[in-house]
Amino acid sequence: MALLKLTSPHAHSAQNTARVMQLVILATIPGLFALTLFFGWGSLINVTLSCMVAVGCEALVIRLRKRPIMFYLKDYSAILTAVLLGISLPPLAPWWIAVVGTSFAIIIAKNLYGGLGYNPFNPAMIGYVVLLISFPVQMTAWPAPAELYPSDMQVPGLWHSIQIVLPLLNPDTLSGVSETASGTIDAYTAATPLDTFKQNTGLLVDQFYKKELFFSQGTWAGLGWEWVNIGFLLGGLFLLYRKIFTWHAPLGMLLSLALCSVIFYDSGSSSSLGSPLFHLLSGATMFGAFFIITDPVTSATSNKGRLIYGALIGVLIFIIRSWGSYPDAIAFAVLLMNFAAPLIDNYTMPRTYGYSKSGVKSNKKRKEDQSDAR
Amino acid sequence: MRKIWNLIGGVHPPENKHQSVKDSVGSLPLPEKLTIPLNQHIGAPSKAIVAIGDKVLKGQVLANPKGVLSAGVHAPTSGLVSDIGDHPIPHPSGMSAHCITLIPDGEDQWIAHEGLSNYRDHVPEKLLEIIRLSGVAGLGGAGFPTAVKLNPQKPISTLILNGTECEPYITSDDMLMREHPEDIVQGIEILSYILGDPKEVVIGVEDNKPEAYAALKSYLKNTTIELATFQTRYPSGGEKQLIQILTGTEVPAKGLPSDIGIACLNVGTAYAVYRAIVFGEPLISRITTVTGKACAINRNYEILIGTPISHLLKHNAFNKKNCSRLIVGGPMMGFALENLDIPVIKTTNCILAPSEEEFPSPQPAQACIRCGMCAEACPASLLPQQLLWYAQSKNYEKLEVQNLADCIECGACSYVCPSNIPLVQYYRASKGEMKKQAEEKVSADRARQRFEFQKNRKEKEIFAKKVQRDVRLKAAAQAKKNSGTEGIIQAAMDRAEAKKSSPEDQHSRSARRIARFEDQLRSAQEKLESLKEGVTGDQHEQAKASVEDAKIRLAEAISSHGLSVPIPNPSETPDSASEAITRAQAKVTIQAGLSDEEKLCNTIVSLTARLEKATTRLEIAKTEGSEHIDAFTVAADKLKEKLATAEADLSKIRT
Repeated sequence: MALLKLTSPHAHSAQNTARVMQLVILATIPGLFALTLFFGWGSLINVTLSCMVAVGCEALVIRLRKRPIMFYLKDYSAILTAVLLGISLPPLAPWWIAVVGTSFAIIIAKNLYGGLGYNPFNPAMIGYVVLLISFPVQMTAWPAPAELYPSDMQVPGLWHSIQIVLPLLNPDTLSGVSETASGTIDAYTAATPLDTFKQNTGLLVDQFYKKELFFSQGTWAGLGWEWVNIGFLLGGLFLLYRKIFTWHAPLGMLLSLALCSVIFYDSGSSSSLGSPLFHLLSGATMFGAFFIITDPVTSATSNKGRLIYGALIGVLIFIIRSWGSYPDAIAFAVLLMNFAAPLIDNYTMPRTYGYSKSGVKSNKKRKEDQSDAR
Repeated sequence: MRKIWNLIGGVHPPENKHQSVKDSVGSLPLPEKLTIPLNQHIGAPSKAIVAIGDKVLKGQVLANPKGVLSAGVHAPTSGLVSDIGDHPIPHPSGMSAHCITLIPDGEDQWIAHEGLSNYRDHVPEKLLEIIRLSGVAGLGGAGFPTAVKLNPQKPISTLILNGTECEPYITSDDMLMREHPEDIVQGIEILSYILGDPKEVVIGVEDNKPEAYAALKSYLKNTTIELATFQTRYPSGGEKQLIQILTGTEVPAKGLPSDIGIACLNVGTAYAVYRAIVFGEPLISRITTVTGKACAINRNYEILIGTPISHLLKHNAFNKKNCSRLIVGGPMMGFALENLDIPVIKTTNCILAPSEEEFPSPQPAQACIRCGMCAEACPASLLPQQLLWYAQSKNYEKLEVQNLADCIECGACSYVCPSNIPLVQYYRASKGEMKKQAEEKVSADRARQRFEFQKNRKEKEIFAKKVQRDVRLKAAAQAKKNSGTEGIIQAAMDRAEAKKSSPEDQHSRSARRIARFEDQLRSAQEKLESLKEGVTGDQHEQAKASVEDAKIRLAEAISSHGLSVPIPNPSETPDSASEAITRAQAKVTIQAGLSDEEKLCNTIVSLTARLEKATTRLEIAKTEGSEHIDAFTVAADKLKEKLATAEADLSKIRT
């Protein structure tokens, strides 16, 4: 028996950080599945590539910091960042997009700030924004869902997809033969529903939906995208059920986004900014709500704080989507609110047991007591 | 049914209570020696009244309480006092303290003792004294002297009996409630009587003890005692938490339950009170759970206070090799022992000997990812992740803002932490450091106050001396001018006399002088009265002048004495209006009697005092952040201006 100098509590629950991270990675599967189903192998290739780069970068930094490499790699945080970034990247983007984005996210956005738990900004979103600003062409080239391909075009298979991402593996490129149309990403891209909707001028929403293939072939909010969002929603609900995070931030964000779109829906006129359903099931809404803004390191701390944090992100998303120059807005909205998280924390301290009103009040009272004592 | 409120936060660790409730409460053979610490409670250690070599009987007093917040200690069995000295006691730090060592003689012979046949025939004070002398202290864990708790400063409307036992593994209260429900109920009635029969009496039991619940229920039929049961969730048995669950009210921060009219005692304490009052038996034994996989036998025992833990383990087939650590108390708040020779004391409710699989060695802590599980679990609604952040950076100011002091150290946050961070350990360390700093600050503040007070006083003395000297110089110059050598000598003698004599002497002399001048004034006035019928204007004028003279002298004497007694003037009717007029006249005369320079000196003195007052008021306003700061500043500035002009005038006059 070790008569150790141990302090209470001696019992510990089975939960550990690596398990939390693994569960979150696991929960991305439905969304990732939908992405692969509608947009081909690109997302899976992105995720795999990002993971490899992330593990390499993380190991490098930990080695430079002279810390035990395996101990830190085993927390799965680098891999989770890579998975989230890989999902955000356009499928079939060239390989260096994933490499540049992931290494920036892991080395600069995460480890230069002190590593896991110390980064003020969401690393995956930093990586995404860096790419979006630096390489806008590659970052806005989303493939169209397979259903919308012209009849003479084939969905690229796994090997073909890898060749598109890594042109070095393409014998045509190596032999110097000019690129065929099917060898580059350009052949497959099309505007996303969010882009398309933004370009609506003069049509009622109903008319527009009938005219545009995306909407006429989709069920609620654009072919493919609605299912991707539903996939991430399912994954998010699973995490909620497992109590990995509380409902406050996601609900805050989804409610405020829905509310904003209700206010500006304008009953489907030609100047409408989109229906609530359109906003909730387009772009990265669900992915953002359950996988990005729930990152505990960079969000507000208390439940009330997280509700406010999420709600403000929802408002920012709506503003940037509707009046900004970028079609989707999750990354910018999240990073802006990362700035605000400490401020929100400062004003949303929960009422401690035994104090009459809010914590802030009680502190004021304590100060008065102190001055009285003086 | 009573309304039950929800526990805020909390966790539900595996209960592990079934192992130790299979058998009834057992007893163990007498150990070879008993080590009885003198301080088994919160408060001052008791004072030993036996000497080494004394033979004592079971229940005999070994030590008496010292002061109000203290409890006595009694011999758990008959035997020989073999040692009084330092011995390791059950304490997280592993420290030693004063203990009495008793070698049992094996006869277990009781000292003569007798209980009260009907406690309601006696006043509560008498019962309190019996409880105090019987050494009863809270058996729930903290060991607060029960007699003190039963004598609150505020009226009690709700008495809560804590039978929650929310910590995993521990079953001592459970077994006590199963086996002695009637005694507990009687104990509760005694407590209720002492507290002036509170409106509500409630026993709180978690829903994982149906046997105890049923046992108590059957004895509550003819009483007003309520029995409440609620969801099993740690730490519902914490005093503050139980109060919140049963009443929906919260104990105010830094306050006591009695502040909201509540007294909360453990069911074990009620039993001990019953034994003390009805049988006259002091607290010399308690029920303790011995459990954990490293012990082959898991059971509760009625154990004599002072029994070495090694004795308990020996009788429970303890496997030392398989034990990961030895814990006194539960797995959530208990502390690990470093020494098996430590005795069982009044607060030892459990000895937990878990195996390596049950409680493996803690994993190295990872970084906090601020996941917030700790905040969800915290029963005090604190933000443990923020507290950790500030504890690591030693930001004590922020820790205070985050109400670290309200942490009850229940360990729920550390329990759920996925990164294995020993949060509670950080909080304990920070609390200790903050306490130290607060003490240092208090002593530093006192030193500063002393210094400032002294400085202030010295400055005042110097200024007062300066004013006095000026007045004296002026008077001497005047005297020299007026009355030649004789006057100078007289003045010098007076000054010497004044220097020599003490303040009391000076005071009485000036009082005498005033009396003398008053007499003179009266006689002068009488003379004037008598002369009024006379003819000669010259004489009349002279008498009038002498009255005026006497008045001035009196006024001078009064002003130097520092008193403002009205000058008696028998020629006027003594109604209030005329009195006021007289006072005003007197003031004018005093003013007239003073030279300009003296007047200015007085003005400066009073202005300085006022300015000082204004500055302190301004400072207080600044520290409190009052809204009147501006007004105070203006007032102080005006006073400064006045003072400056007065000083300028004074220097003008002098030059």
